[in-house]
Amino acid sequence: MAYAYTPFPYVAAPGLSAPEPRHKVVIVGAGPIGLAMAIELASHGVQATVLDDNNVVSVGSRAICWSKRSLEILDRLGVGERSVTKGVTWKVGRTFHRDKEVFNFDLLPEDGHKMPAFVNLQQYFVEEYLVERAIELGINLRWKNRVVSVEQAADSATVTIETPDGRYSLEADWVIACDGARSPVRGMLGLDFDGELFEERFLIADIEMQGDFASERWFWFEPTFHAGQSALLHKQPDNIYRIDLQLGWDTDPEEEKKPEKVIPRIQKVVGHNDFKLDWVSVYTFQCRRLRSFVHNRVLFVGDSAHIVSPFGARGGNGGLGDVDALGWRLAAVVKSTADKACLAAYDRERTYGADENLLNSSRSTRFMSPDAGAERLFRDAVLHLAARADFARPMVNSGRLSKPCVYPLSAPDADLPQGAKPGAVAPDAPIENGWLTEALGSDFVLLALGAAPPDVTGVRILTPAVTDTLRKRYLGDKPHALYLIRPDQVVAARWISGTKADVEAALAAAWEGR
Amino acid sequence: MPLITKPNIVDTDEFYAKLLATHRGLSEAQSHALNARLVLILANHIGAVDVLDQALELARDGA
Repeated sequence: MAYAYTPFPYVAAPGLSAPEPRHKVVIVGAGPIGLAMAIELASHGVQATVLDDNNVVSVGSRAICWSKRSLEILDRLGVGERSVTKGVTWKVGRTFHRDKEVFNFDLLPEDGHKMPAFVNLQQYFVEEYLVERAIELGINLRWKNRVVSVEQAADSATVTIETPDGRYSLEADWVIACDGARSPVRGMLGLDFDGELFEERFLIADIEMQGDFASERWFWFEPTFHAGQSALLHKQPDNIYRIDLQLGWDTDPEEEKKPEKVIPRIQKVVGHNDFKLDWVSVYTFQCRRLRSFVHNRVLFVGDSAHIVSPFGARGGNGGLGDVDALGWRLAAVVKSTADKACLAAYDRERTYGADENLLNSSRSTRFMSPDAGAERLFRDAVLHLAARADFARPMVNSGRLSKPCVYPLSAPDADLPQGAKPGAVAPDAPIENGWLTEALGSDFVLLALGAAPPDVTGVRILTPAVTDTLRKRYLGDKPHALYLIRPDQVVAARWISGTKADVEAALAAAWEGR
Repeated sequence: MPLITKPNIVDTDEFYAKLLATHRGLSEAQSHALNARLVLILANHIGAVDVLDQALELARDGA
């Protein structure tokens, strides 16, 4: 069933008739990242105003693959369970070379986590849920409000906005650019990306098809139905399937998008013509980012700050990682409980996260689209061996699936399980009446396991009963431990025995972004 | 001794990237020559003839 696009109502902004009081935060772009950013800030008590040049959710599936960590973030924002219920949960991936399956993998998700490893869900559904949630929270969403200029002063930024009723201006303490890969705000600031632009294009298409394809990821290298290239098939809800086809650089994207070119190709993939073409797009492989995501009063989040080749699900998921790292810090700056210097830690952590995504995406791209010569020779050798020897299978790279990065914090650490070390997202576990991720919420938490916690101002104490899962993920062979966990659920520091002074020092360091 | 065919490199992606980087900027003939040297270096490191025999056989399979 094709998605029914319902336009959101345009309302004339107050600023068109009289100047508006200075805003705390203005977010440019109501895609998944801009909306998530607004909801995240609202959960910390900061109401942002969101501007979008359009008035519908994204056309086409676009970001479809939401990782476990993203689902945990979406859950904190209030739309996680809805996304999982609607989405297609998958864990098996199959890799084919020519027409033979060379191997398959099972993500084998560990038990004891609220969220699955991945779900496939079209971006438009995620946006729809986020818009509904934003409206519930009273967030001001201004549709058909297109930013045409940005001016920065020392402690504010002013955006000029074009609407169907004319132009107006808004002054804000902070402007967050969530306006996507082609970010107009980035252009207005005269900033550009650094990094690699690969000479490779892919065609992506959504088709509607009744059928019984498994909920799996199928990837083909050099299939006979698309000689010499790569192809990917993914199942989405409502009988919509996503097909990605490598085109090569010497093709004309406009020509390739024409239904008379696309339909015969898809017929070859699925083996029949009983489908309806829903959406087609062509993209160029890029792995690039801004040098800095913080430019005085303008902050870059999501694709406006970094773009990656899509295999590996690192675009939308990377953007939600940015939201996670920025929300609690910016809210504290707006409320004057933290100094704006702490935003440097957002820049440092998320450029680090972006670099990890860029590295993984570049490697996948090289494997899928090798240069002539040694790259091609080794790629083909790996595929040849993958059908014959186990060792070559992990060398096959059709996208390394997104996991949250572990920030390199120099924080107190102890001989406790590696999965919960400082800089990592605190692993989920079932606790009484729910899940640890739910209990962590949006503030600093001192998780005390097996020992009484010191009393520290500015942290919420959590002392769940020590279950086997908690023991395995947080204690190992130690009898007790103390974990300081940030509002983005990243472990800030941990001790086997920590004092009040230890926790206070680690808390101050976390706020200062050390 | 049996040839190890289970994954045995800790960070496969890192190794693969280094392998490609070692070839960057070489002509096809230079790359082939590099590969030949690499095979000889690694074969000498392994040393055991029975292991090398199995490796030769696996590499030849399907060629």
